[in-house]
Amino acid sequence: MAERPEDLNLPNAVITRIIKEALPDGVNVSKEARRAISQAASVFVLYATSCANNFAMKAKRKTLNAGDVLSAMEEMEFERFLEPLKESLEVYKKGQKGKKEVTEQKRKDKEKKTDSENDKSREEEEEEEEEEEERMDEEPQAENEGEEEEVEN
Amino acid sequence: MSQNKDDLASSNKKTISLPISRVRLIMKSSPDVSSINQDALVLTTKATELFVQHLAVASFNNGSGKETNSLSYSDLANTAEETETLHFLTDILPKKILARDYLTSLEDFQEEDADF
Repeated sequence: MAERPEDLNLPNAVITRIIKEALPDGVNVSKEARRAISQAASVFVLYATSCANNFAMKAKRKTLNAGDVLSAMEEMEFERFLEPLKESLEVYKKGQKGKKEVTEQKRKDKEKKTDSENDKSREEEEEEEEEEEERMDEEPQAENEGEEEEVEN
Repeated sequence: MSQNKDDLASSNKKTISLPISRVRLIMKSSPDVSSINQDALVLTTKATELFVQHLAVASFNNGSGKETNSLSYSDLANTAEETETLHFLTDILPKKILARDYLTSLEDFQEEDADF
């Protein structure tokens, strides 16, 4: 949950970059204007959430889905966002899939690597175990002898 | 360098630069919302980005800053007042003096929070 009010702000650096990219080169945006746009963006999120939530409630669903958000955009009369939104959702999904494949591949590579490492260490372990066994064979005898002696005494 | 920037700008049209986790935090601060699926979250985040662009461009084109090559607070406030789809912003984009009220109310809110 949001513990401080500033948790509900969007990061200024990112907002500033988006503004700069949207406007022609060299436009000076006052600090006040930047802060106002950032606050407007937070209000936009809340407004969109509340609209989307109304659609979800009408359909008796508890979870907001993509359709609810798109319907909310229409209701807010931001139809112009619909196409770019759908496109970037596709791009996002592809990106996630790509990421998954990459991590999957990394995981496999890692497994292979650790497997071969395990083989090596297993060999080493086996050697050590053999040595230990030899020692174990000797020691108990010595102890037993000692015990026996004690009993005799 | 400029080549690089162009590439970035064109890819930014479809990729997402705002932090999705922060947007979720804002969405979850609304008491009616119980859960949000990932696609809805991604869409809202991207919509917020488009909204920021839209608000900046509309206010710049509408405002007086074209000659001075600047975007000021009053450009934003006027645009919010004049544009029907941006009317929901008039509460947080009022004329300058009322913006101070917003700050004091924000401080009040912080103090209230501290009381608890």
